[in-house]
Amino acid sequence: MEATEYYRTLTRRMVTSIMLVSFLPLLLFGGIVGYQFQTSYREKTIDHLRELVQKHEQNIDAFLYEKLSYIRVMAQHNSLKDLSNEQFLEKRLLTLQNIYGGVFVDLGVVDFDGHQIAYAGPFQLMKANYSDADWFKEAINCEYSISNVFLGLRNQPHFIVTAKRESDGRQWVLRATIDFVAFNSLVENLRIGETGSAFIMNRQGEFQTTPHVKPSRGNDFFLRVLKESSESTTSTPLVVGGLPDSGPAATGGVPLSSVTVTEDVDFFGDGLIYVMSPLKNNDWILVFQQGSKDAFKDLYQARRLALLILFGGCLAIGIQVVVITRRMVRRIKWGDSERDKMNEQVIEAGKLASVGELAAGIAHEINNPVAVMVEEAGWIDDILSEPDFPTDENLDELKRALTQIRTQGARCKEITHKLLSFARKTDPHEHEVDINELMDEIISLCEQRARYSNVKINRNFASDLPRVLASPSELQQVFLNLINNGVDAIGANGGTVEITTRSENKYVVVDVADTGAGIPKVNLGRIFDPFFTTKPVGKGTGLGLSICYGIIKKLDGQISVNSAVGMGTTFHVRIPFSQQQKD
Amino acid sequence: MSSPVVLLVDDEVPFVEALAKRLGKRDLTVMSAFSGNDALEVLAKEPKIDIVILDVKMPGMDGIDTLREIKKAYPLVEVIMLTGHATVETAIDGMKLGAFDYLMKPCEIDKLMHKVKEAKDKKRTHEEKIRQARISEIVTRGRG
Repeated sequence: MEATEYYRTLTRRMVTSIMLVSFLPLLLFGGIVGYQFQTSYREKTIDHLRELVQKHEQNIDAFLYEKLSYIRVMAQHNSLKDLSNEQFLEKRLLTLQNIYGGVFVDLGVVDFDGHQIAYAGPFQLMKANYSDADWFKEAINCEYSISNVFLGLRNQPHFIVTAKRESDGRQWVLRATIDFVAFNSLVENLRIGETGSAFIMNRQGEFQTTPHVKPSRGNDFFLRVLKESSESTTSTPLVVGGLPDSGPAATGGVPLSSVTVTEDVDFFGDGLIYVMSPLKNNDWILVFQQGSKDAFKDLYQARRLALLILFGGCLAIGIQVVVITRRMVRRIKWGDSERDKMNEQVIEAGKLASVGELAAGIAHEINNPVAVMVEEAGWIDDILSEPDFPTDENLDELKRALTQIRTQGARCKEITHKLLSFARKTDPHEHEVDINELMDEIISLCEQRARYSNVKINRNFASDLPRVLASPSELQQVFLNLINNGVDAIGANGGTVEITTRSENKYVVVDVADTGAGIPKVNLGRIFDPFFTTKPVGKGTGLGLSICYGIIKKLDGQISVNSAVGMGTTFHVRIPFSQQQKD
Repeated sequence: MSSPVVLLVDDEVPFVEALAKRLGKRDLTVMSAFSGNDALEVLAKEPKIDIVILDVKMPGMDGIDTLREIKKAYPLVEVIMLTGHATVETAIDGMKLGAFDYLMKPCEIDKLMHKVKEAKDKKRTHEEKIRQARISEIVTRGRG
């Protein structure tokens, strides 16, 4: 459980640190570049809008003042008498309409009491009295004026340009009606994108053109913003009062900063940009509004794409990091467990070795007392055997007991000697070895164990085998291992281990065949690998066959295996004849 | 023909005592020592010793070292090694160093007796040859 937790923590730490170092620079870089780009792009867009609005403002101003100038010129150059002549006025209107299309709707001359003296145009307004009209009040106060848009007597939106004149001892006013539609279209033309549109309002906050989109705020909002802006930019010369003679030129000189830009949020929470510019000598305000979304469409599109790529990239990196880290941790885990297993096996092997040494030590220690006992028994026997020893009926019984002691002592000796011969360090000295003799010896060692497992060991020895040059103790180890493996493979159900010796092509061949479970094909290639074992942990070191392999290879021999699952396994060991026999 | 004089060397005291009694009963003159150093001292005092029966595994000076010392100082004394199974290789090394033979502990008394007799015979033959050589030397010198 603790180990799982450890690997989980390891995974978490690796993922976190890799993600941190890969995401942080990416996000920082993206953020900085994105911010810079957005800022400069916004500035550029807003500057563009400013310029556009200013240009339109100039256009509109030019339009207005052109009309005004015309009326002024007409008033200057014509006498009241001429102008009072309706036919003359009619002709004039026709000329104007020829030049300017339908912009001029009508012309009229109004005296200072507000009575229209003369009229030319489509309406029957000959005797109209304008004394109460706002525009007339303005007109008689100024030399010339442009009125706000109003419905007037004919109930249609329009506005009026006037020029005051004094001649023949009378003051009178020449007025012309400007078609609202023509004027409106000027402003309507200012369309950018999907939402960008413009309208004009006067200082009282009344619309002078039809707004295409209803503004998000009340009109006083714009007035306030504009006022604040003009206050903050005191350096901007505001043209107040009398209009300069060259009207359009003067408005053209209005510095760019007279254009005010502000941003707001509409009912739906979407950003809106307002660009405002004063018009008509500050009487009117040209307001351009556009949704931020629309104005910065390209920016937002680019940003969306960049974010998409960033998000996708981060996701890919994240997934990859998790996958790779998992794989790595799995490998580490595997490596750790392999190492642990190896350690266990090494400890196991060490334990086995120390058990062997211990056994040897004990055997040696026991050997000495046994020797003493046997000698003492022999001594008693010597005494009893003296001819002058009194004969007794118990003497024979005593002798029998002594013999028994000696027999059992001899048995002890045999056991300790076997233990010692098994556990002692192998003697690498090579001798000429008779394989059959060696095998007999080994089989006698194994037989006891085989009997417990209900395994019969069959010998099938070829007579007069050539000798081989090898270390007997090493060969003993090899065959002991093979036979024990065979006995283990057979298990509790019983079976046979058949040992065959024969000579073949200058080799002595020993076959150890068991009728055990057999080795599965997948394992067959690995059985000689060190530490490969199919026995449960603690039961086998996985070293036996690899040691065998090493020993046989050292002798220039071969060891091979045939196995079929369910049929059994046969090991073939080939050891070359000793040199003398080869020659 | 005098009976062989045997020195028994082993650190296992009861073993030495029992074996000494048994060998004594079989007409051997038996002396005993319980370490390699003891053995060398006894040999120095008793020039009559023919055969040393030497345990290979002893604390302190072990069988092989003792054997080497004995063969250096008393080349004519025969040595029979006694060994547990684990030290057969050592016993074989001992034979290469001039020991007469080796036996595994615990040993049959008859076998041991047999070896002792063989050793005594060998020694006697050897001494006989030396004596012959001396005599022939003296004779030659007398003639000269």
